[in-house]
Amino acid sequence: MSDDRLDPYDSGSLSAPLPGAAEAAAAEGATSPAVGRDEWVARHGANLAGRGGIVGTIQARLASVPWWAWLAVLVAIVALIPVGFESGYVRRVAFDTLIYMLLALGLNVVVGWGGLLDLGYIAFYGIGAYAYAMLSSSHFDVHLPSLVSIPLIVALGAVVGLLIGLPSWRLSGDYLAIVTLFFFQLFITITTNGDDVFGIDLTGGSNGISGVAASVDPLSFFGWELPQLTDAGAFNVAYIYVALVVFVIVFVALRFVNLSRTGRAWRSLREDPLAAEMMGMPINWLKLMAFSFGAAVAALTGTIFASLNAGVFPNTFQFPLLITVYAMVILGGAGSMGGVVLGAIIVNVLLEVLREPGDARYVFYVVVLAGLVAVLRFSVRLVVVLGGTILLGFAVHVITSVVSDRAVAGSPAGGGFLTGAVDRWVVLPDSLGAWAPISYVALVAAVLLLTTISGWWRIAALVPTLYLGAFVWENVMLAKPEPTRYILLGAILVTLMVARPAGILGERRVEIV
Amino acid sequence: MSTLSVLFDASHVLASQRWDEFLQQTINGLTLGSVYALIALGYSMVYGVLKLLNFAHGDVYMVGAFIGFGMIQWLGFRGAGDTWAPVVSTWFVLLVVLAVSMAGTAGLGVAIERFAYRPLRDAPRIAPLISALGVSFFIAYSMQLMFGSQQRDYNAFGIDNGKLFLDGVDIGNVRVPLLRIIIIVSAFVLMLLLWLLVTRTRTGKAMRATSFDREAAAMMGIDIDRVIVFTFVLGSALAGPAGVMFALRAPASVTMGFVAGLKGFTAAVIGGIGSIPGAMGGGLILGMAEAYTQGYISSKWSDLFVFVILIGFMLFRPQGLFGKADIRKV
Repeated sequence: MSDDRLDPYDSGSLSAPLPGAAEAAAAEGATSPAVGRDEWVARHGANLAGRGGIVGTIQARLASVPWWAWLAVLVAIVALIPVGFESGYVRRVAFDTLIYMLLALGLNVVVGWGGLLDLGYIAFYGIGAYAYAMLSSSHFDVHLPSLVSIPLIVALGAVVGLLIGLPSWRLSGDYLAIVTLFFFQLFITITTNGDDVFGIDLTGGSNGISGVAASVDPLSFFGWELPQLTDAGAFNVAYIYVALVVFVIVFVALRFVNLSRTGRAWRSLREDPLAAEMMGMPINWLKLMAFSFGAAVAALTGTIFASLNAGVFPNTFQFPLLITVYAMVILGGAGSMGGVVLGAIIVNVLLEVLREPGDARYVFYVVVLAGLVAVLRFSVRLVVVLGGTILLGFAVHVITSVVSDRAVAGSPAGGGFLTGAVDRWVVLPDSLGAWAPISYVALVAAVLLLTTISGWWRIAALVPTLYLGAFVWENVMLAKPEPTRYILLGAILVTLMVARPAGILGERRVEIV
Repeated sequence: MSTLSVLFDASHVLASQRWDEFLQQTINGLTLGSVYALIALGYSMVYGVLKLLNFAHGDVYMVGAFIGFGMIQWLGFRGAGDTWAPVVSTWFVLLVVLAVSMAGTAGLGVAIERFAYRPLRDAPRIAPLISALGVSFFIAYSMQLMFGSQQRDYNAFGIDNGKLFLDGVDIGNVRVPLLRIIIIVSAFVLMLLLWLLVTRTRTGKAMRATSFDREAAAMMGIDIDRVIVFTFVLGSALAGPAGVMFALRAPASVTMGFVAGLKGFTAAVIGGIGSIPGAMGGGLILGMAEAYTQGYISSKWSDLFVFVILIGFMLFRPQGLFGKADIRKV
């Protein structure tokens, strides 16, 4: 922007255009902001996109690939998984990932587009699953065909979502969050205790609806059943394809909704509800619609989940699942459909890999290395940090082994080619005892402290922190995958909110004050 | 005649039994309620100053219970079956346990504020809420990683050969155990101290001013950061003892924070969120309601009852019993 446009009074009469102003305007015409859009905001995107070098070129190339091409690639990959992998475990993980992708898409409607914090989202998923188990099982001896029960359940989910969204007429932001959270708690209480409601066994209580007496029907289309297990007792890959088809339908449908007038209205509601209301948008109705859409997608996902598992259990629909789906949406980038799908894939695969200590070890070192490169780039500092950490590790190991044999008597958990190196580098005591909590707390404190210092102090402090991290990971966290997974999810949520609320693919917010 | 007098006696006995049971439930309710009130205060104060739902507050309370467990162990009490070997007096031990858990949770609260909420103070409202969820999850599962998911029993009955449970004050036929009296009295003492602090000191005045209008308070020269840190110190320092008081009666586990947090929040809403006497009153009302439901209706559905109360309040009287209606300024 040239200076004379900033300060027109300097250049004489306003009515007479300055020589050269017309050319400047014409030159700017290509990039001039659309009507109603702040100029700086409009340029912000261009500034971000205009990154040079190899990274910039790759980004520009990737950005020019149309959305349906991405979707086609994804569908092709998922469709080939049953062909490429014999293992039932891998197939099952693929199916679960599809379920998570669907859940993330639904939550994205409420949180990403509507900007409403819906903490009862998993309850809708649970309602879908329980409704399917009631309408198509021996529990009440009702056996509706899938093509009847699934549309019914989706409609039910939408209606319940509408009802739960009703408080949003009166409650703003955080109050809404708490009402939905209590609705979730209500759902958990009812499903866990619902085996005796005035003498009627409604939900099967803590055993859920499952087993021989109340087995849930498989999906069936026009009388053609998809058994949950193959004749050999393995996972039936047909369910992957069913989930994939549902995913594509939901993705395309939501994409059109997002491009529609409603989608645009949702986004303006998220940015500023008051301004949206002033512009004449029916904000209450929009909030209800967002809730309802999200709930319908969740309920639909629930039916597939229940049909494959041949049962529903209250333990499935708990708080950790909610946090998992939130972590997916936030990590991928709330508001971006591609982002939340990517988030679901990353988080679910990561959580699966963490189950096995040998694989989890690679995750740690690869993520730490990638993080270091991302923050420090390929610089002297990176060399200093890496070299320092490696040297520190061997030094500490040698000193410790001289002081006490027992302090290095342990052996690394799991397998893999890194075990030998880890055994010589990380101090592995035969038992940690009280040192486990102490070292963990020290690690958390060290990482938090790192964020408060800067410059070479940070580089210097990074070295012992990294080694402490490796120590805790090898000694404390690898042995306990369950809490470790959820600790990572919690940390992902906090870190992203503080450092990068837009996630991987989300659009960064530009605040105009 | 004789049959009539027998009938009369029987009804008399029944009435007195009913009265005793009612009294018993009331005392249960008061005990529960004072714990809820202490949790609710933390929610309420933070909400008043920051307009933030601190989802991690329930987990701060859980950490308080665990710190208390560690202290009791460290001071010489060795788990189930053993009896207390009093090197020092029981009173001293209880005081030390409460004080250390207060200090520990206050520190935790400050750390949470500094690293998870302060960077987000000017972010859109949904961001600190998600961050709070993350913190809550992080703390709960960090505790599980460090101490496992098994329940931790203070085994308070072993202290001084069950003195805390067997001794007490008799009201009619009902004996109120010493432990319950300790819990109720210390909760009220803490609340009284807080009340004095907020209404009678300069810092309290600054807190009230910040809660009324943060920007205006900042312009009047109030150090907002200090006030917010102080609020977190106070709120968390009340959650610690609440955790200890709860765990003296029932085993502590890493998952206890979630539901306790929900109930503390409900209590804060009933009383009017942001109001300190409201949080106390709301806590007591909620405790009573829960005790009576458990005693007279069903213990299985008592949580349901609590949630229905909350949703009712949220919808029909969001400002609570003692709060003022929030007028939205644009």
